[in-house]
This record gives sequence, C-alpha cells and structure tokens, in this order.
Amino acid sequence: MQELTSQLVQKPSRVIVQDRKTKYTGRNIRWEGVFKRSLVITALSVLVLVVGIFITLVVQSIPSIKALGIGYLTGKTWDPVSDIYGAWPFLLGTLLTSFLALIISIPFSFAIAVYLGEYRPTGWLSGFLKNVVELIAAVPSVIYGFWALVTLVPLVRKLESAIGVAPYGVGIFSASIVLAIMIIPYAASLGRELIQMVPSSLKEGAYSLGGTQYEVIRDVVMPYTKSGMFAGVLLSLGRALGETMAVTMVIGNTSLIPDSIFSPGNTMASVIANEFTEADRAVYLSALIELGLVLFLVTVVINMIGKSIIKRFTHE
Amino acid sequence: MNKLNPRIKYRLGMSKLFHALVIVFAFMIAIPLIAILFFVIKEGITKINWNFLTNIPKPVGEVGGGIANALLGSLIIVLVAAIIAIPIGIFAGIYLSENKNSRLSYWSRLAVDILQGVPSIVIGIVIYFWIVKPSGTFSAISGSMALAVMMLPIIIRSTEETLKLIPFTIKEAGFALGLPYHKVILKVIVPCGFSGILSGAILSVARIAGETAPLLFTAFGNPYLNANVAKPMQSLPLLIFNYATSPYEEWHNLAWGASMILLIWILLLNIITKLITQKWKVQL
Repeated sequence: MQELTSQLVQKPSRVIVQDRKTKYTGRNIRWEGVFKRSLVITALSVLVLVVGIFITLVVQSIPSIKALGIGYLTGKTWDPVSDIYGAWPFLLGTLLTSFLALIISIPFSFAIAVYLGEYRPTGWLSGFLKNVVELIAAVPSVIYGFWALVTLVPLVRKLESAIGVAPYGVGIFSASIVLAIMIIPYAASLGRELIQMVPSSLKEGAYSLGGTQYEVIRDVVMPYTKSGMFAGVLLSLGRALGETMAVTMVIGNTSLIPDSIFSPGNTMASVIANEFTEADRAVYLSALIELGLVLFLVTVVINMIGKSIIKRFTHE
Repeated sequence: MNKLNPRIKYRLGMSKLFHALVIVFAFMIAIPLIAILFFVIKEGITKINWNFLTNIPKPVGEVGGGIANALLGSLIIVLVAAIIAIPIGIFAGIYLSENKNSRLSYWSRLAVDILQGVPSIVIGIVIYFWIVKPSGTFSAISGSMALAVMMLPIIIRSTEETLKLIPFTIKEAGFALGLPYHKVILKVIVPCGFSGILSGAILSVARIAGETAPLLFTAFGNPYLNANVAKPMQSLPLLIFNYATSPYEEWHNLAWGASMILLIWILLLNIITKLITQKWKVQL
C-alpha cells in the first residue's frame, strides 16, 4: 500500500507542471460544467441501458404472453410447425443441466477453495493452481463446446452403452460436465477469499484445544463461511443458467421432454440460440423472447440474492 | 506414535485423509485445461500456415481455404466495441468513485451489478431489436454494441475500485493549485489510476473476445471478406461455432485452426493483464 501511495504521489507532480499556465478562465468554468454533466449522463446511461433491456424484453414478449398466457410455461409440447408453444421441456432442461453441473462442480471448487485458502495460501504449487483456475475461466465457451463435442461426447457414449442406456453421447449429462468445468472458477475463487477472511484467532483457539486440521476446517472454517459459500453456489448457478454456446453444442437440441439425465434436450439459452433466426412468425419469435425474459429475471434475482449475501458477509 | 490411543490415531488419520482428498480434487481441475490445450494445439498447429491466415473459406469439397474473413472481422468487431465501451465505462466509473453516496450512484451501481449477470444471449436479443431490426440488416456494428454492453460492467467496476484507492490529498493538492475540476480528474486522478484502468480495459477485452452468443443475431457471420461495419461480418468464435457443428471434415479443420488462434489470443490478453497488475500492484 505504501509503495502504491508513493507512486501515486510522484506521478501527478509531473503532470501538473505542464498545466502551470492554466488560468481559471471562463472557458475552464464552462468545461467544468460540461464535464460534470457528461459524468452524470454516462452514469445515467448505464441505468437506462438496464431498464431498456428489461422493457425491450417485456414489450417484445407481449404477443406471446397475450396469445399463450400462463400455460406457456407449463406447456409440455414445443412444436412451432403446428403453432404449439410450451416451454416446459426447456425449463426442465435448464434446471437439470444447471443443478447437475452444480452438484458435479461443488466438490472440486470446494477443494480448490480449501487448498488455496487454508492449506497453502502461498507457494509455487498454489500459484500454479491459481493460474490454472484463471485460465479455465478464460477459455471461450465455444472452444469448450468444440472440445467436448470431439472428446467428451464419445467418452459419454461409451459410458452410456456400458450402463445400457441409449448411446446418444450428446445430451444433458455431457452438457452438465462441460458446464461444471466452466463454473468451477467462480465458486472456487470466491470460496478462497471467504476462507481467508476467517479470523485466525478462532482457528488458533480450536488448534489450542487440540483440534486436528480437518476438525478446524469442519467445525470452525465451514460454519463461519457457511452463508458466503451458499452465495458462491448461487452465483455459479446464475452463470450456469445463462451459459449458451458450450451447452448448445453438446446438449443434442431436441424439444422433447428429457426422460433421463442421459437423454438429449434443450435449455432456454440453447433453444434461443438455435431457433431465433429461424422464427418466421410473430408468436414464435415472441415465445422465444419470453424465454429470454424468464432467463433474464431468474438470473437477475439469483445474482442479487447472492451478491447481497456476500455484501452482508464482508461487512460483518 | 504407536502409543497414541486409537481415538487420536483415528482423528489424525481423518485429518490426513481429508488433506489428501482436498489435494486430489483441487488438482483435478488441471486435467480438463491440459486436455483442452493439448487437443486444440495438436489439431490446430498442423492447419495453420500462410494460406490459412490469408484466404477466405472455400466451398465444401475444395481443399485449402482459410479464415482471413474471421480474423479481420474479429479484430474490427472487438476494436469498435472497445472504442464504444472504454470511454463510457471510464466516465461512469469516475462518476461512481466521485459521488459515492448520491442516489444516482446507488441505482447505477445496482444497474452495473445486474448488467454483469445478464446472460450474453439475452443481450444479443435486445441489440437485435435495438439495431438490427430498425436498420433491416445484420451488421458488425450491432455485434460491437452487444459486446460493448458486456464490457461496460468490467470497466466501470475496475475504474471505480482503482480511483477509490487514490488518496484524497492528491485531489486537494490539485484544487489548491487552482486547477478546474475536470483537469483535476483527467490530468491528476485518472493518470494516477491509469494502470488499474488499463488492466480493467484489457481484461474486459479478454472476456468478450471469445463471446459467441451475443454475435449470433447481430454480426451473424459472413463467408466473405468484409470490412464494412454496416454489413454482416464473420468473427472467430462464430466461425468456430458454425464450422464445428457442421458435418464436413474441411470445415472442422478450419475450426481447429481458428480455435487455436482464438485461444492464443485470449491467453495472451490474460497474461498481459496479469503482468500489468503484478507490475503496478493493482488490485482488481
């Protein structure tokens, strides 16, 4: 921090020298007003942007809300050719893939968080692990999809024929695995920060009573970070719900209701990606946008809850 | 050790077992990363040559062809997105750090939080109705707008966090010298936080350079070379998506080469951000 401050102090002196000639003229005062106003305008524009996104989604889904009503979300058939729109297969597909991905990812992100936060916060090995986690977050979704299509799908197909279900390869299970890999970094890095915030006096107290490292983690670190960990899981759920490309590439893209975790399906995001540019009727297009609206509302609510929990946790 | 009573032995054993499990699970994350890097490099490296970089894709059945259209398109789309998003993001970030408690900053901050969580495909839909539909054609500029919307929260957040750390005394010194407000901000405060703002901007580019979903209904893709931002344009992620899901071997090859270039580009951007943050000790 001190180094930072010293750097900060040095820099402006150089800059100000160039401005020695500046006089507090009328022009400067005018520019000051322009500058202040443009700051307000940009801040306002972000707000307008978000409100605009919401309003656009609502307005564009009105035809579908009018024509299909509330039954749209529970309708079990999606058949645009005969003008039947029911979103249930996609809602179910989204929920299945996201929760399955969450369940798969939790042990890994938890282990990374504990390792980096408690066992070995510094050192080259944890530096390596941190970099790996950052790179996992950086790889584009479409490359995950391509990779999964070529290597993961054949593996899943083998597994499926070994346990005796229809060997599609693509499907909800494959999509969940890819999603799980993609969301691990979010929960892991948040979890690490939370674990490092546990006061060492609490841990030292537990050690001095003779607790082993495992017992300290189980009985002190975990209870202390419980709410924050829950928020981390929520935030990665938000990520998983909206993820589009990798899922679209490996989920199989059928509009039938999935009957097991191995069957192909569709998520809300993947059906939008596949059918949006093909939608030729107003109701069809509007039905897809309503899916987008649902997706928007669900992810916003989940993110807000998650972030408010984190805020409360870090202020305590 | 042999004299320890069994209860203690059990507890120590549990602790060791847990430690081992944590290590095993934690380092398993390296497997998919190594697998992805290995496959993309193995498949990609043989496809990349001069023709691959300078030709446009050939029709199915013809050998050769390249991804020049996607390289150029990606560059233009991302550059325009950065030109749109960086000034707005920095200004909004300055506002938030200058007015910490105003009502507008409360709502703006909330908006930034929301924007960060909006699924990219939803942004694609909205930009479709804002730009593509009124103008009647898919266009590169609409793709850039969609990406710019995704960049904003990252730039705003990093600008705000960086400027918050700058001591108030520096600003006071500026005012004491008689500088007007905008000069204090633009010539004193912003240069102080330059490294943080820069790394935020590069990070935001790294985050959106591989985005596909918002481009599906905006930039759309184009099999020909095009530098007109009012027309549909190809980009690397779009090309990978379209060709990877196609049944043709030649197109798969193009997609592998494109994947490798995209991956290297994004990893480089991430490494640059990392070097900047380490050199200037910025916290993002």
